[in-house]
Amino acid sequence: MLDKTIIEQLETLVGKENVLTGKVDMVAYSYDATADMPRQTPDVVVLPTSAEMVQEIVNLARRNKIAIYPRGAGTNLSGGAIPLKKGIVLSFQKMNSIIEVDAANLTAVVQPGVVIAALNSAVAPHGLIYPPDPGTVATATMGGSAAENSGGLRGLKYGVTKNYIMGMEVVLANGEKVRFGGKTVKNVTAYDFSNLFVGSEGTLGIITELTAKLIPAPKFRRTMTGEFKTLADAGNAVAGIIAAQVIPATLEIMDRMTIRTVEDFAHIGLPVDAEALLLIEVDGMSEDVVRAEAEAVMQVVRDNNGGLKIAETDQERDQLWTARRNALPALASLNNTVILEDATVPRSRITDMLIACEAIGKKYNLTLGTFGHAGDGNLHPTILCDKNNQDEMGRMHKAVDEIFKVALSFGGTLSGEHGIGVAKMKYLGDELGQSGLNLMRNIKESLDPEYVLNPGKMVPLREA
Amino acid sequence: MAITEKTRELRTGKTYHDDLAIVREELDKCMKCGNCMSVCPVYGADKLETSVTRSKIAVAEAVLDGELELDDPQVYEMLFNCLVCKSCMTNCPTKVNFDRIMLALRAALVRKNGLPWLKKMIFSTLKHPKLFDAGMRVGAALQGLAFKTEEGGKAISPRSPFARVGGPIGFDSEKQMPSLNITPLRDRVPEVVKVAGATMKVAFFTGDSLNYFYPDAGQDLIDVLVANNIEVHIPKAQNCCGVPVLVHGDIETVRTLARNNIDTFDQTGCEYLITGCGSCGGAWQHDYSEILAADPIYGPKAEYWAKRTYDISTFLTRIIKLRQPTGRVDRVVTYHDSCHLKKSMKVAAEPREILKGIPGITFKEMSAPDACCGSGGSYVLSHHETSAVIGRKKAEDINRTQADTVSVGCPACMMQLLDNVHRAGGQQEVVHYISLLAESYRKGQAAENQTR
Repeated sequence: MLDKTIIEQLETLVGKENVLTGKVDMVAYSYDATADMPRQTPDVVVLPTSAEMVQEIVNLARRNKIAIYPRGAGTNLSGGAIPLKKGIVLSFQKMNSIIEVDAANLTAVVQPGVVIAALNSAVAPHGLIYPPDPGTVATATMGGSAAENSGGLRGLKYGVTKNYIMGMEVVLANGEKVRFGGKTVKNVTAYDFSNLFVGSEGTLGIITELTAKLIPAPKFRRTMTGEFKTLADAGNAVAGIIAAQVIPATLEIMDRMTIRTVEDFAHIGLPVDAEALLLIEVDGMSEDVVRAEAEAVMQVVRDNNGGLKIAETDQERDQLWTARRNALPALASLNNTVILEDATVPRSRITDMLIACEAIGKKYNLTLGTFGHAGDGNLHPTILCDKNNQDEMGRMHKAVDEIFKVALSFGGTLSGEHGIGVAKMKYLGDELGQSGLNLMRNIKESLDPEYVLNPGKMVPLREA
Repeated sequence: MAITEKTRELRTGKTYHDDLAIVREELDKCMKCGNCMSVCPVYGADKLETSVTRSKIAVAEAVLDGELELDDPQVYEMLFNCLVCKSCMTNCPTKVNFDRIMLALRAALVRKNGLPWLKKMIFSTLKHPKLFDAGMRVGAALQGLAFKTEEGGKAISPRSPFARVGGPIGFDSEKQMPSLNITPLRDRVPEVVKVAGATMKVAFFTGDSLNYFYPDAGQDLIDVLVANNIEVHIPKAQNCCGVPVLVHGDIETVRTLARNNIDTFDQTGCEYLITGCGSCGGAWQHDYSEILAADPIYGPKAEYWAKRTYDISTFLTRIIKLRQPTGRVDRVVTYHDSCHLKKSMKVAAEPREILKGIPGITFKEMSAPDACCGSGGSYVLSHHETSAVIGRKKAEDINRTQADTVSVGCPACMMQLLDNVHRAGGQQEVVHYISLLAESYRKGQAAENQTR
């Protein structure tokens, strides 16, 4: 428990109504969207309304050796927002103003608590979009998604969060506020701080303002699905589309297990005998180009023995998307615990990875379905298990270990978009080696020597 | 998952209303993904995760695990800081039936601690319709002491001494609410409204709000049925649907009310039961069969009526062929989706179809028409500040349509909109959508009479 005087000081700093200490409130901030994680209640939840307040809170916490856990909407999938060492949860839900939309410079300046979808609504009248679209766009905050460097379904063509953060204001562990980057497309002044803090998962500094890059909204699109009798055909089709020099906005894959589960769940007429289903969407500013790209994609699908379905209307597009949208909910309905991984491999190894995941599921006698972003190699092997079944949970942990091992052996990475947090910390050395771990610790300790910011995530705490 | 089957099993004669442990499987379905955050009206207003569904589920888990006490004042406050609007359920990827969780928790709380005296007093009068009816009449006769009548006579506002006392629950002098009618609907009409050459007979469950607050809308509903050649039974012995009691966890009172209502409507011999209120209709379609699932006699009867209960708009457009309205109603109309009508009864297209078919009406959709208005029955009193934030947003959405009329299918929303539209400076008239159809029929009839 925190000293009463600390709570009083926090109340003086941000106002009584922005300091929560009730038992029920603590439960409400004890978890995030990650399965199979310990819950930990914080000592206090603070909702600051300005960067200056954040500075004061950081100074107070550092002086009193209290952990700070920054939190957006708490929708991340790696345990990044769980207050492992109790202390302060710093919720940014009340710093949710869009400060400026600058259509001339294609930028927006936002506070960290702005919901991604809210930014997109605000820029839509200008014919612009903010492209990163993690599955949680309707709830996730700009600050949280920048800290996690979240991806989404458009990653192949439009990139991920790090490609759209042009500048920031960050409060450091020493209480200083630093601003860098801005509205210029080109900026090589000093180190590339944006790329340091994007994806730092709240362990290096606390984001208090962001300058985001916007792009013109694509005016035309074509959507289709391809059904394949073998995984190899599907994998070759993915390779073929890229070889045909088409970069689709969306290139998603579902394996047989996922297709069958979605069909049982949603009854939308999916081909239950298919080994893989691809959802492909091409978009652009010119109708001719989009049409040509769509035709090239169709040819590739046919060449690889795929059955095509093409959406002619918005309603038909919606139907094609229904399968992909239902992938996670359908799989989740099979059991009480959903282990959603995001091991990622080079695009050319997608087929190998799908086959490996299926084999691992069989080996450990687990219900495992894989879907994901085939175009960028970012797959979501998903294991459904019963949290009350110790034996099954043990097999699940072994299977997850093996999935990462295989992904790395294919030249892939531990995490494509969910981050390291608590969930994947123990695997970091496998990918980075000891020198990489040392670099992580050196960076962490030079910016936050006392481990005040999101301690226990990404970089393990030093043994006492 | 298997919860429905489980609750229907007569293993202990209990439903989740009687045993909190039965909702465990429902809790397990929640992935904590947070999708509920994007639609929860309370979270939208206060930005605290304590208010949102997934946290309420986490707290329920903590209660079942013995980490929190159900009757802890903070747990109590959290439990009742919910409109039970079911918005979260429409956006839940794993289809968690959060309404069941909420009702199970509230019922468990009542079992543990009993009802607060005020609720106990009010709910017990509901079980005695004559007593409740007498109380409403006394209220209607005396309302002039505490409230002043607004222009047009349909709305009233608190007089200043009462506004001062009532301020903390939202009864300031700006408050507008419908006037209690000295002659309730069920006293205005016979028990059976006969129609020469009727093609069908249906029973009308008025609910208390249409009976006492909006009898004109209730009359319009009857007129519309009559205009479609349908005989209407309005049994006087019907009582409150029970939803206001159900959401406070007093399950035994709801069961009594439900059984009385079922007996009353069984006696009408009608094939269909018609409602003009999403909460009442939802009770007949879903709640009665759930609370009586373990009752071998009334369970099947509740199931019987569940399949024969329709909102008036569904009945007119899906069961019979609506007589085309011909009278011009020159209004610009928008439509608010009541939560219980859309999210419980799944009625959304039908009222719009009816409105768009009325000559003279220009229909304007508001943004987020199915966002909750913040009423939530007594929530508007117990959490009036949050309710006002939610209501104001709704009033602004209505204002932006530049409509002159906002139509609704639920009397509780009508009350909340009346107050909030007025507070936000809007001029829209708040009406039940059925009243617009009735207006068109009346005008059409008048025109026909003239030409004759």
